[in-house]
Amino acid sequence: MRLKLDTHAALSLAGWLAASALFFPIAWMLLTSFKTEIEAVATTPSLIFTPTLDNYITVQERADYLKFALNSVVVSFGSTLLALALAVPAAYGMAFFPTKRTRGTLLWMLSTKMMPPVGALVPVTLVFRDLGLIDTLAGLIFVYALINLPIVVWMLYTFFREIPREILEAGRMDGATPLDELRFLLLPLSLPGLASTGLLAVILTWNEAFWSLNLTAAQAGPLTAFIASFSAPEGLFWAKLSAASTMAVAPILVFGWLSQRQLVRGLTFGAVK
Amino acid sequence: MNQPIKGGRGVNALPFVAPSVVILFIWMIVPLVMTLWFSFQRYNLLSPELSGFVGLSNYSFLLTDSSLWIAMANTLLLVGGVLAITIVGGTLLAVLFDQEFFGSKIARLLAIAPFFVMPTVSALIWKNLLMHPVNGVSAAIARALGLQPVDWFGQWPLFSVVVIVAWQWLPFALLILLTALQSLDHEQKEAARMDGAGPLAIFWYIVLPHMGRAIKVVVMIETIFFLSIFAEIYVTTGGGPGLASTNLTYLIYLRALLEYDIGTASAGGVIAIVLANIVAAFLVRSIARNLDA
Repeated sequence: MRLKLDTHAALSLAGWLAASALFFPIAWMLLTSFKTEIEAVATTPSLIFTPTLDNYITVQERADYLKFALNSVVVSFGSTLLALALAVPAAYGMAFFPTKRTRGTLLWMLSTKMMPPVGALVPVTLVFRDLGLIDTLAGLIFVYALINLPIVVWMLYTFFREIPREILEAGRMDGATPLDELRFLLLPLSLPGLASTGLLAVILTWNEAFWSLNLTAAQAGPLTAFIASFSAPEGLFWAKLSAASTMAVAPILVFGWLSQRQLVRGLTFGAVK
Repeated sequence: MNQPIKGGRGVNALPFVAPSVVILFIWMIVPLVMTLWFSFQRYNLLSPELSGFVGLSNYSFLLTDSSLWIAMANTLLLVGGVLAITIVGGTLLAVLFDQEFFGSKIARLLAIAPFFVMPTVSALIWKNLLMHPVNGVSAAIARALGLQPVDWFGQWPLFSVVVIVAWQWLPFALLILLTALQSLDHEQKEAARMDGAGPLAIFWYIVLPHMGRAIKVVVMIETIFFLSIFAEIYVTTGGGPGLASTNLTYLIYLRALLEYDIGTASAGGVIAIVLANIVAAFLVRSIARNLDA
């Protein structure tokens, strides 16, 4: 019994040490966001200080912060909705009416995800320039919907496959058309799967920083670009950077914590559940 | 692959699948063809009048230029370094967090948190708050221990980028491997323990083989992402000093968007696509096997 207690204590210690080490940078960012700029750059960092909300107020007051935040919301949710609208019918067709080509189609979709973004950087930049899509929300929504489409199709496919086929067959016997089936049976039944798929697409889009840095400037830049603008080494800004970062990260962190299980499925294309 | 549902034989699924397939095909093929096309052209946006077919000269220019090889070596070190850290660390952490201990659920949540932090935030937090040579936490610790603070991004630029990326992706490896581990049959471990197997033997002969496929999947998915690391370099070192932390992706970005050299950038893009496809071929094959199971 004694030994058991000791192992448990050692395990707890090891587990909490590892977790604290990994979480430390986030905790430090949170702490710094409540300091004054002078405290934030103090060469002997203090753990005890009078917390202030000034940084949050200052960042909020900068008109552009709200614009960037709004862009992030519009782009993440817009592209996710567009991807879902394209993917739901595709996953439905492939899950319930598979043909000889279904397997090949799924794997081909997966393989498009493997294209390194930098391989498409030049053409996409040039085409977007000619179409006037550079630095527009529509352009970003379009790009992200396509980038996430393979993952969304795959995830929905694995969720649809888990729905008992007898239910759909019963509906079919009662004369439901495929579209009725989709609307009145499949979508309500797979709502949790649909929600977690959407959540994963939102998280991935919110955090994506290759296209958002390369395709946007002052107008359509999301929060990734806003934070990157802090990289210029000028003066006292660490506390404000921390406050802005905390606001940019917090909602997605909560989303991620809520959906970690389903996330694994989506991120590994169903290979690990 | 399973059969269509009853009464579904006559249904034509093409209209459902076609929109996604067509739009993805365009998204893939148009940039691919354009990149290939530009890679055989002399084309600089600063002097568009000098354009024309130049055969393989963009490739031979790149392949004989030392910057490509430096970038390739950096890409290799970056991918290899982060992979080593995340796979070894992720496996150990997964075994640790698979146990129940005081507050283990909350500790797990804290441990996976870095994966959800956007790359520009994590890069700037590390660059300023943690690794700054004067005001950063690491400098304060060094001074407290009586050591000389390290100028991480000046002296060890590539290593610093490896640290940041590893911090973001260690939780990813942990999350996937922990999920795989939790599906391990505990009776099997119990039986081995009854037969007198020690914890190391159990880890080596039962746990590790069970995690084998998940580890493979993590390696391949991470490789795909690590080949395209961009934001972490963009906001910290800008690829420097010199080319010390420039990877292939960043080199192509420099050529295309800073030097407007579309031809050479496209040739670099083709090289990047070929590299990624070698990895992707293995990944797709491994996932295809799983699709049948």
